[in-house]
Amino acid sequence: MKRSLLIVLLSLIVVRAGYAGVLPEDRADVLVHSYDGGGVTIQGPSLLVRKQFAQKFSVSANHYVDKVNSASIDVVTTASPYKEERTQNSLGLDYLHDRWTMNIGFTNSEENDYSADTFNFGISQDIFGDLTTVSLGYSLGNDVVGRRGDANFREETQRQNYRLGLSQILTKNLLVGLSFETITDEGFLNNPYRQVRYLDPTTPQGYSYEREIYPRTRSSDAGSIRMRYYMPWRAALYADYRKYGDTWDIQADTFEIGYEHPIDLGWTFEGKFRTYSQNHADFYMDLFPRSQYQNFIARDKELSTFTSQSIRLGATYDIMRGGWKFVDRGTLNVILDHMMFEYEDFRDLRVTGVTPGTEPLYSFDANVLQVFVSFWF
Amino acid sequence: MAPRSSPFARLLLLAAAGLAVGGCSIEPWVKPYERDHLADPIMSFDRDPVSSAYTGHVYEAREGARGATGGGGGGCGCN
Repeated sequence: MKRSLLIVLLSLIVVRAGYAGVLPEDRADVLVHSYDGGGVTIQGPSLLVRKQFAQKFSVSANHYVDKVNSASIDVVTTASPYKEERTQNSLGLDYLHDRWTMNIGFTNSEENDYSADTFNFGISQDIFGDLTTVSLGYSLGNDVVGRRGDANFREETQRQNYRLGLSQILTKNLLVGLSFETITDEGFLNNPYRQVRYLDPTTPQGYSYEREIYPRTRSSDAGSIRMRYYMPWRAALYADYRKYGDTWDIQADTFEIGYEHPIDLGWTFEGKFRTYSQNHADFYMDLFPRSQYQNFIARDKELSTFTSQSIRLGATYDIMRGGWKFVDRGTLNVILDHMMFEYEDFRDLRVTGVTPGTEPLYSFDANVLQVFVSFWF
Repeated sequence: MAPRSSPFARLLLLAAAGLAVGGCSIEPWVKPYERDHLADPIMSFDRDPVSSAYTGHVYEAREGARGATGGGGGGCGCN
């Protein structure tokens, strides 16, 4: 059904092509990222280069690494701290023809127990005197899931994303964007290591663990609206809202509001507040009444009921005003996000000696730092 | 669990209808020479793709919700 709709819409966009669009700018970014929170540290680089050629094409390449050191709440209560590395490489190509732009891309992600290949296709067109940009996208991902220490374990997952976007100039100072995305998954969707706990009076602590069991399908719909407003004193005020729902009964709301303010001497400062809330999946429980309580069982805190708030502070400095050799301009950027997670039905099992199910609720804070330089050429 | 396609399908059809009947003849109410504010880099929805892709990954790995963030999407290799 969705595939046929996509084909119909793509055909219409191609037929209506006629205006001149624009390709993304030529630029190179070198970023170093660091996440520290909840007993987990993740660091690594991300390199992104984009270059136009033959006036109609733009090619992009990204190399990204996560170096993970994990002693998370799940790990310290049911396993041993571990280190691992994930490497992701992407290649993309954009093609511009009159008013429409087409892009294709491929991404490979590898870690010692997980491999993911994703193919992307997208098309966009400027219409209504270039006041409106409509875009469509499709992704197909194939993952292979392994389990360390178990050479016989091999599972697969297939993921499909369908995206529709609309960007609209409303006034001389106001931009609005709408996005809708449906994602369908099929295959092995849980973490092969994570466990649930259930009441077991035969143990000293009063509970035992067993492996999670997830449904083998998931389908989600998300819709968002974004706006950006140009303030009279050269600054931008922006706000986003996203509504989410899926077949696992998770409903979520995301809201953020931010402000960007350039000042003389080449500085731009940014502040942002983001809030997120979700309710738990219908097969999630912190403590199941007994072993194999139901067909599907999960105790992943990302499927629990929780809220998170984030505060961002960022600064950008123009380091090459006027350019240098073949570089037109450059920026140095520092962004810090402070995130606070509070769980409403996920308990802190590092606390022992109490009646099962009465442990304190878990919460943690995380700091996420990005430092990067960007060059336009 | 079949995909819940009806709201999304309706939106796609609506967009297709809009493209089919709309098009290039509409007079833009914000003229090209009035778009200098909108062309300012601070008005970009995605000023630094390398940073927004990373930020999206940080959230997606820790939250149940996913999608409709305005980016290109793709696999994050995490479950």
